[in-house]
Amino acid sequence: MRFLLRRLGFFVLTLWAAMTLNFFIPRLMPGSPEQALRDRFSKGGQIVTTAQMRRVLEEFGFDPNKNIVIQYLEYLKSMVTGHWGVSIGSSLGTPVTTLIGHALPWTLGLVGIATILAFIIGTLIGTIAGWRRGGLVDGIVPPVFVVTSALPYFWVALLFISLFAMGNHPWLPNDFNYDQGLHPGFNPTFIGSVLKHGILPAGTILITAVGGWILTMRNNMITTLAEDYVRMARAKGIPNRKIMVGYAARNAFLPNLSGFAMSLGFVIAGTILVEYVFNYPGLGYMFYNATVSTDFPLLQALFLLVTLAVLICVLLCDFAVFLLDPRARAKG
Amino acid sequence: MTTIVAGGATGTPTAARRTRRGVWHAILRNRKAMVGAFLFVLFCLLAAFPRLFVPWQHGDPRTVGATPLQHPSGKHWLGTTGLGQDVYAELIYSTRESLLIALIAGLGATVLSVLIGVSAAYLGGGADDALSMLTDIFLVLPTFPLIIVLATYAGKGNLTVIIVVLIVTGWSYGARQMRAQALSLRNREFLESARVRGERSSYIIIFEVLPTMTSLILANFLGAALYAVLTAAGLQFLGLGDPNSLSWGTMLYWAQNQGALVNGLPAWALSPGLAVALLGVAFALLNYAFDEISNPALRPVRRRRVRAHS
Repeated sequence: MRFLLRRLGFFVLTLWAAMTLNFFIPRLMPGSPEQALRDRFSKGGQIVTTAQMRRVLEEFGFDPNKNIVIQYLEYLKSMVTGHWGVSIGSSLGTPVTTLIGHALPWTLGLVGIATILAFIIGTLIGTIAGWRRGGLVDGIVPPVFVVTSALPYFWVALLFISLFAMGNHPWLPNDFNYDQGLHPGFNPTFIGSVLKHGILPAGTILITAVGGWILTMRNNMITTLAEDYVRMARAKGIPNRKIMVGYAARNAFLPNLSGFAMSLGFVIAGTILVEYVFNYPGLGYMFYNATVSTDFPLLQALFLLVTLAVLICVLLCDFAVFLLDPRARAKG
Repeated sequence: MTTIVAGGATGTPTAARRTRRGVWHAILRNRKAMVGAFLFVLFCLLAAFPRLFVPWQHGDPRTVGATPLQHPSGKHWLGTTGLGQDVYAELIYSTRESLLIALIAGLGATVLSVLIGVSAAYLGGGADDALSMLTDIFLVLPTFPLIIVLATYAGKGNLTVIIVVLIVTGWSYGARQMRAQALSLRNREFLESARVRGERSSYIIIFEVLPTMTSLILANFLGAALYAVLTAAGLQFLGLGDPNSLSWGTMLYWAQNQGALVNGLPAWALSPGLAVALLGVAFALLNYAFDEISNPALRPVRRRRVRAHS
């Protein structure tokens, strides 16, 4: 029980740290946000009344006349209660929660599925490579995937575009989430279009992410296979397949679980570059747009959301390890 | 993400001391290490003497030329940019900044992780709890978004900002490993004897603890440098770098903005990314090879001997 309480404490503390960073980073940086806002609006040719300006700034939590401590407390309160402010970027005045709600499903669908697939495939290949030390798979796997895991995401994306999506008759589309001429709905054409637009971005993530899983799983397998209980299982004459899956892989897999949890959390943001290259309207692309238009509230909300997602995944992983691994229970 | 994961294989730290000759022997015999070292030396040469590799380009490789958007040819090996600059010359001259970012940020992050990790382990008690908590928080905070937020606020285009941000966000994973290894060393006899001799803590940490951690520190540096290369290129690609600087990420930014792929110039769009990838591969190969050298269990198959306990 103490173990779980500690983890919960960590959860709250980290979330608080993220919010505090969010609050202080814009205030510590040179230049006032009010001036930045005014510049932005005048650049866009919009005329903003003082009242409008004040409203936007209030949403953003800025009030030059107030004590910074009070501002900070109010900010924390509004973050916790879900008042994340309105966008001051291209879609001025829309609550950031609405904007995020539109983009979230696309990112979850595309990046989430790709990340889970990469983990499953990587773990399987890694298990086999580690089990058959020096076999055919093990001979090819490490060098190849050391290389792929060092490739920049966006470069693989560009490579894919130039290979598959260029020319007069491209094989696959290179931007957006579905054909812009279609109306969203549950019909084969629309779903087919969504799938077709997802292949290249998902492939990019798969190729760059799978290497890390394979290598760690292989190395964990090798370390685990040297354990006494594996030798014991062999001596008892337990079938090889059972040793591989039930004895070695099961234990080798545990350290990878927390890495997987974190990568699931990073799903929301880790692929800003991929979504940017493919103009895929998910959260990462939104993050990029928020930077370009210096849309502070949206940027803060997205950052908070990503942190929250990582923390929830890590917490879930802790619970899972607690259930799967008796040693963790005993330690707590 | 993958960089975080890839280095995580050293489960139990092996603090076996090797003679220097043994290490060299191991490096020379390890093919991954050789390939990685070759690439790294090549990039160092490119960074130090770009002129040797672009003999006809004595001035600024950014000089605007008269023939924009050329395909690769004998005159322009990789074609020209939208402003008529020679892509090959730009590529070679950009090596310096990209390599410097990687080395400085990698070094900074490693120093920080050694400082925090080793002091946490050595001090113990409340200081350890606080430092470990700090490490864990930084480990979980989403780095790339944080970097983007920081770079956006701190003013786009400042190289120092990018390096500082890379250091601030890149140290936590290493610190955790450092702490784990330093903890395992804490009760060894040679440290005990140093303490009994009455050596100061600073002496013990620098001359007794750190040398035994060399291989882990080196692995950390390589991991941090890999992370810095990829992240810096990504940031510059998004336009958060200095658009007038000469670096691979900036080249990618311009290639994307001037529609290199749409104009049918894949050489311009892909070559800077390939350079980033190769430098990254060099770091990753060296890292993996050092992992193999320092952790005998991971080495390519040989006859298995009885495992020696250090």
